[in-house]
Amino acid sequence: MKRKLEVSELIFKIISYTLLTVFALCCLYPFVYAISASISGRQAVEYGSIVLFPKDVQFDAFKLMFSDNMFWNAYSNTLFLTLFGTLWSMFVAILGAYALSKKRLLFRKTFNFFLVFTMWFSAGIVPQYLNYLATKDVFNSMGIMDDKWLVVIAMGMAAMNIILLRNAFEGVPSEIEEAAIVDGATELQVLTQVYLPMSKSTIATVALFFAISRWNGYFWARQMISNQNEHPLQVFIRLRLEQYTDPEAMAGWNRAFASDSVIYALIVCSIVPILIIYPFIQKYFAKGTNVGGVKE
Amino acid sequence: MKAKAADFLVYDRESGTYREDPEQAVRDDVEKHYWRHVGQTVLKDWRLYLMLVPMLLVFLFWRYFPMYELLGCFKVADNVKPVSEQFFSGFSYFKRLLFAGDGLSTDFWRALRNTFLLSFYGLCFGFPMPIILALFFNEVRSNAARSVYQVLTYLPKFMSTVVMTSLVTMLVKQGSLTTGMGIVSQFLSNIGAVSPAVANAGLLNNPAFFRSIYQISGIWESAGYDSIVFFAAIIAISPTSYEAAQIDGADKWAQMRYVVLPSILSTIVIMLITRIGSLLNIGYEKVLLLYNPNTYVTADVVSTFANRNGMGTGAGIGIAAAAEMMNNVIGMLLVIGANTIARKASNTSLY
Repeated sequence: MKRKLEVSELIFKIISYTLLTVFALCCLYPFVYAISASISGRQAVEYGSIVLFPKDVQFDAFKLMFSDNMFWNAYSNTLFLTLFGTLWSMFVAILGAYALSKKRLLFRKTFNFFLVFTMWFSAGIVPQYLNYLATKDVFNSMGIMDDKWLVVIAMGMAAMNIILLRNAFEGVPSEIEEAAIVDGATELQVLTQVYLPMSKSTIATVALFFAISRWNGYFWARQMISNQNEHPLQVFIRLRLEQYTDPEAMAGWNRAFASDSVIYALIVCSIVPILIIYPFIQKYFAKGTNVGGVKE
Repeated sequence: MKAKAADFLVYDRESGTYREDPEQAVRDDVEKHYWRHVGQTVLKDWRLYLMLVPMLLVFLFWRYFPMYELLGCFKVADNVKPVSEQFFSGFSYFKRLLFAGDGLSTDFWRALRNTFLLSFYGLCFGFPMPIILALFFNEVRSNAARSVYQVLTYLPKFMSTVVMTSLVTMLVKQGSLTTGMGIVSQFLSNIGAVSPAVANAGLLNNPAFFRSIYQISGIWESAGYDSIVFFAAIIAISPTSYEAAQIDGADKWAQMRYVVLPSILSTIVIMLITRIGSLLNIGYEKVLLLYNPNTYVTADVVSTFANRNGMGTGAGIGIAAAAEMMNNVIGMLLVIGANTIARKASNTSLY
């Protein structure tokens, strides 16, 4: 019996390690390939002779991209949207979640339902689009012609994140709040000096979620921002890819590197900043998935 | 009579008799002037209620107003007038979509079927993968080795949908006179999984491959990240449970069956509810970025169908809104249904 146990354990262990290794390599491979393809010579890329390592190394694809003003424009637009979008979303979410976490709030259940219902039922793309067009008119009539601000204010709110924050705030012991109130703290001071410091890690997690959804935002940014100079990086990459698949745009290529390399270089450039901050944010990223506290 | 008396009288412990409840007068007053009391409470605590305002406005403007626009599905299509000024036209768009039998109607049924199938395959293939992965992670005893595996498998999750789909597009791209096909297409045709001619025509241009590409890229992207929650549930299992099972002669398989599975069942149920809840709400962005007119047969889902008809030069906003209305109502029923079943079956529910 003991032997049977050991054998089954060993078999499972071998299977685990093998499949894990295969899967991990599959996850890694496209990135390595993208890097190799972006810095390889034209012939090697076009004949498809690159498998893992780059051949005839050149950096012209990157040089071409870095000399493109539109690329830097797109990058700064993405940074703008991510920074202000996250700040705005956090502002709205923290205040709302704080109020919702209070037991003494009247109609608390109604407000909660107001939030949760949006997780069950969403209007869909086209009604949202019509609504954005209408709000855009309102914005323009107010003199705000910049579509970026509309994207910042209108996009990226998620009921789930507010609920995560609310649950964290509910976990703060009420005795501490009472002590602060006895000391003469106002509502805003209670929030900023008691609640925020005591739920730092959830706040970091939620801020990260907002920032990632802003950084990755593509569809609505493309629909709502009409000025090409204001397009964020994701829209820029997609437009380049669409141009690339268009055979007419490819006809003009007469360079030392393949047209593929440009696309791969773009992909690499958009991943690298995330890879750099990855080690710092990973623990918050992992934490956010523990949805055990979601309840209504 | 007795029940009514109990509302007014409270038991006095000292004298052992009933006496009138002094708070009842206040309660009566509150009931009589309900809204005045609400107003007073809000006014006294106005800072708290002010904090709610931005959130309520954001949700009202960008979540609930679109639902009002959605009512366009009952109205006569008119792109100029706002929804409130259009005539009520009943269910004509729904009838048109469901029963007309023309090209538009067949396209809608196709989109509905594709939506279900994409989600259903996701449930069959995509959902178990993170659980299996978490079981494997649990086998890796060395922390360092496990971190390496985890970091590598979470990696694809950090790409945006655009970058992920761009990468997929490049990896399976078609070959032409001047350039070879994508590396994955090359690999597949080399091992004989796909004939070279088909691979050279571009796998994303072939409706037969769209679903596989969608699911495999989905697993590649999120299986690692989704395994976090299951792994957390597995490492929470006490080692004594395994020891007890071993003493009872359980081999590895039996331990999985009788120790691990029951312990992570509630997590699995919660994740399954979320999954079923978003069954019809599949990422339109990813489909939009991966499909093209050649693959509409298998790739077109309701959101993209509505997107094409409502925003471009399609059948109009009324049709698009009606399509999304059906999609969303069925989706909502699925969430509520799944949640109810889960609550009945295992006392686990998300909402």
